Amino acid sequence: MGFFEFAGEILPTLLRATVTTLQLTAGSIALGFVAGILLSLGRVYGPAPVRWLAGGYIAFFRGTPLLAQLLLVYFGLPPYLSMIGIRIPAMVAAIIGLGLNSAAYQAEYFRGAVQSIQSGQMQAARSIGLSRLKAIRHVILPQALRLVIPAWSNELIYTIKYSSLAYFVGISELTFAGKKIALHTANTFQVYLVVAAIYLVIVLGVSRLLFLLEDRVRVPGLGTGGTRFERSR
Amino acid sequence: MDTRQHHNLGDVVLRVEGVHKTYGDNHVLRGVSLQMRRGETKVVIGPSGTGKSTLLRCINQLTVPDQGRVWLGDCEITSRKEDINCARAQIGFVFQSFNLFTHLTALHNVRIAPMKVSRMTKAEATKLAMTELERVGLADKAEAYPAELSGGQQQRVSIARALAMSPKLILFDEPTSALDPELIGEVLEVMVSLAKEGMTMLVVSHEMGFARAVADEIIFMEGGGILEQGPPEQLFRNPEHARTGEFLNKITELYGE
Repeated sequence: MGFFEFAGEILPTLLRATVTTLQLTAGSIALGFVAGILLSLGRVYGPAPVRWLAGGYIAFFRGTPLLAQLLLVYFGLPPYLSMIGIRIPAMVAAIIGLGLNSAAYQAEYFRGAVQSIQSGQMQAARSIGLSRLKAIRHVILPQALRLVIPAWSNELIYTIKYSSLAYFVGISELTFAGKKIALHTANTFQVYLVVAAIYLVIVLGVSRLLFLLEDRVRVPGLGTGGTRFERSR
Repeated sequence: MDTRQHHNLGDVVLRVEGVHKTYGDNHVLRGVSLQMRRGETKVVIGPSGTGKSTLLRCINQLTVPDQGRVWLGDCEITSRKEDINCARAQIGFVFQSFNLFTHLTALHNVRIAPMKVSRMTKAEATKLAMTELERVGLADKAEAYPAELSGGQQQRVSIARALAMSPKLILFDEPTSALDPELIGEVLEVMVSLAKEGMTMLVVSHEMGFARAVADEIIFMEGGGILEQGPPEQLFRNPEHARTGEFLNKITELYGE
């Protein structure tokens, strides 16, 4: 049996697992996005205790291994939750674990973008009567989110690939599915080649989408010129 | 044309009393007091580092004064009970560096405050914003982003942005200092017409031509305080302090009349 024939045979199983990988990624990146924005705003604009808390959170989740965090959430959380009568499925635990970790990284990307916006923007927003919260929402974030896209695309790509760690908490995502197939065949190398190819296709697709988004929301005078870049000597 | 004598003395719009501000060891404002009546234009001059900009920023509380009070009409805006956002909405502020919102078109820059602060509908706010853009001669640039406008145009949009809230007074912080010389005229023209329409304006600027044309008073600041104030002609012809005369001569030489 040739490689392509073999690949065609295992592809349906792998693609079903790919759906799980995409769900893990989407859930955790979304959780990380919301929490990351709140953390970054807390870190930049919050009173001292909020700044410390946000800083501590970021230090913890960037300073300890993701796998350890996943296991902590998966094994550490359920006993407490079951005391109050909540049972969380492994998938939810995995999304929470990956999402809490991603939040720390996203927070730092957002903080960088927020702090790169000239202070005059906030002053002008306050001077026309916007509250600080409204100024953040209508003036600071729309600019910061545009600026952050290139750096943030790293985080999305990492999350796609690190979602494979969910395999340690028993989620049958793409890598796990590949491993299961590999156990029952002699073509281990070829199985992982197909798995890698699927990841690559996802990552390239997502990168392209973000590039299009960046172009779509681009505003003259804000951030990168993208590909339209005047080279100097 | 001199229009000053046509002003009736209006109500007091702004009262500043004994404002102090210190940055570290630097005592920038040392007890500044002033008052603006409705329709008045006053021009603040003085050497750099003397607290002119800090004074303006202490008025709308972008900088919080260490001491002293500021009243807008009957409201003490330095009081913690007063809603500062509401007070700021009634005080226009024009920055030296324009500070237009980079991600918004000229039209959206002007209508954001009416929409988000005054809660006007989008249609009403758009109509108002177009009127204000026309007022500064930039209706045709409504869809342009700040980066696509010249400095003079950006500053005119920022004046329109301030006007859109129908402010009780407008503070101008060196509105033409960041502009190329050929762009200063268009901004001053807008400011002159505002002054003539009876807008209350406190202007930090060394444009003495503007001051002579429309200012009711020139305020000379030095060392964190007001050294002298009075009608332009009086300060030019007959200053009380030698320093005032020297300074006026110097800036007239530099900036022309």
